Amino acid sequence: MKHLIPEFEKLRERFPAGFESSLVLPCLRRIQQDRGYVANSDIEELAAYLGVPQIQIEEVLSFYTQFRRKPIGRWHLQFCHNISCSMNGAENILAHVERKLGIQPGQTTPDGRYTLSTVECLGSCGTAPMMMVNDGYHENLTLTKLDELLEELE
Amino acid sequence: MPGRQLIMSFPVTATSHTLPEYRARGGYGALAKALGQMKPQDVVKEVTASGLQGRGGAAFSVGRKWQVVQHDDGQPHYLIANADEGEPGTFKDRWILENNPHALLESMLISSYALNVRHCFVYIRGEFDLPYRRLAGAVEEAYEAGLFGRNILGSDFACDIVVYRGAGAYVAGEASGLLSSLEGKKGYPRNRPPRLTVKGLYQRPTVVNNVESLSNIAWIISNGAEAFKAVGTPKSPGTRLFSVSGHVNRPGVYEVELGYPWMKFLDEDCGGVRHGRAIKCVVPGGVSSKVLTGADIANLKLSHEDLWDAGSTLGSGGMIVIAEGTCMVALLQVLMRFYHHESCGQCTPCRQGMGWLHRIVDRIVAGDGRADDIERLYYISKFNDGTTICGLGDAAGYACSGILDKFRDEFEYYIEHKRSKFGGNLECLRSS
Repeated sequence: MKHLIPEFEKLRERFPAGFESSLVLPCLRRIQQDRGYVANSDIEELAAYLGVPQIQIEEVLSFYTQFRRKPIGRWHLQFCHNISCSMNGAENILAHVERKLGIQPGQTTPDGRYTLSTVECLGSCGTAPMMMVNDGYHENLTLTKLDELLEELE
Repeated sequence: MPGRQLIMSFPVTATSHTLPEYRARGGYGALAKALGQMKPQDVVKEVTASGLQGRGGAAFSVGRKWQVVQHDDGQPHYLIANADEGEPGTFKDRWILENNPHALLESMLISSYALNVRHCFVYIRGEFDLPYRRLAGAVEEAYEAGLFGRNILGSDFACDIVVYRGAGAYVAGEASGLLSSLEGKKGYPRNRPPRLTVKGLYQRPTVVNNVESLSNIAWIISNGAEAFKAVGTPKSPGTRLFSVSGHVNRPGVYEVELGYPWMKFLDEDCGGVRHGRAIKCVVPGGVSSKVLTGADIANLKLSHEDLWDAGSTLGSGGMIVIAEGTCMVALLQVLMRFYHHESCGQCTPCRQGMGWLHRIVDRIVAGDGRADDIERLYYISKFNDGTTICGLGDAAGYACSGILDKFRDEFEYYIEHKRSKFGGNLECLRSS
């Protein structure tokens, strides 16, 4: 984590004085972007850097769905299966991808290429069904579009 | 077009979200007017007089919320735009963030001036990538143009803004949960009183407003409260952005003048239900609002008062249209799974109740439903109401009892026959 401290210092300048605790989420996001997940050493170092208790960071990591403590596949496929996506065929799309990749939600392919997840509403209901691949939204999914996309993701 | 447009009043192009184009549409004129001609108290008065109601779900008067903040109490005040849009069916704030971010920023500057705020924040959900990039880009543009920072437009008004990204928690969209999250903690909601306008972020007076609520402020200051009240109905002034999804031909975000006939909107603007089906029911404003059947809405207008009279609410504006032939048991299963997943676990009735609701609906779907399960669902829905710190448990109860009230026969059928009356269908397929 330590090599990110210059960036964190810049971030700190944008916040009012006394807002160190608020930096927990943005710093964790940056650490995860850098390492792929948040390691135990990151928790210790970030707690020391911000002057917040380690337990606060542990709580944050376990509370929010976007944080992870372990590495995942190169491509994180997150399928929305909330109401509007389900009403537009999300279960069908998910079943297709499960068959194709041979994994269930929560699992990673043995080659480390894909991790599959289901998620709740991502605010893309008018363009359902949808999935998120790493940071990007892929909307109005069809089986054909999905197959083409999976080919492109090396 | 369903009435007059205040926020979506321009054609969207590849560059219509940028500062030069926003300025060409008259942007930041309202800020100049507020700073040059109005005292902060005048701005609060104007917003109160406009009758603007919150657009996040509760429809509480924006002006009355603001009036609680004492301008010169010697404390720092904070303003937060709630962009943690996560109510299933809702994606209208995303439209503003992607296509009209400067309307939000200008409105936040005016609001900060009115509320004596030095530092304001946008709390945006962590999954929103393009909306974040558009908003962050707009913030950079505004700083470069001297619209944030010190001596804004040559005045002695100073204001800074931080765009803060969430990390995936529905409950952080609840205003006090949002503040916990913005303090770098898990997003636990807090007991009121004290109100957030008295003790909010880091125990300082804090106003949390929805993105769309705030985005109306610049228009109100430009055109005046009277002009705003001339749009919409006397009890529901202005417009609302509705995000329409489900079994409609033309889903998307629409700005609707309040008081516009509901069916006309669905038939003419949204292109009607797919495959010419009849409407079975509509979720009016996010899944936490009670469903209304096709017959219920036939003569309703899209206004707060009409929806309240019908026993529901415009909520977050997330309108989901459900066609005839859809299985409401399967639909409730999706909703209960959602609330169970999103319960933060702080309050016992919600932590336990959400799991119970979810598991009971699961067992009905699995063909193991018991004769008294419907009453059990009602009982849990009711005991959640008002017994928890935030509204998540209440909302799940409304969603559950709302569907049971209207479609009890489907649940009885499912429990008795161990199968769905409608083949478990959630999709609107051509043939069935």
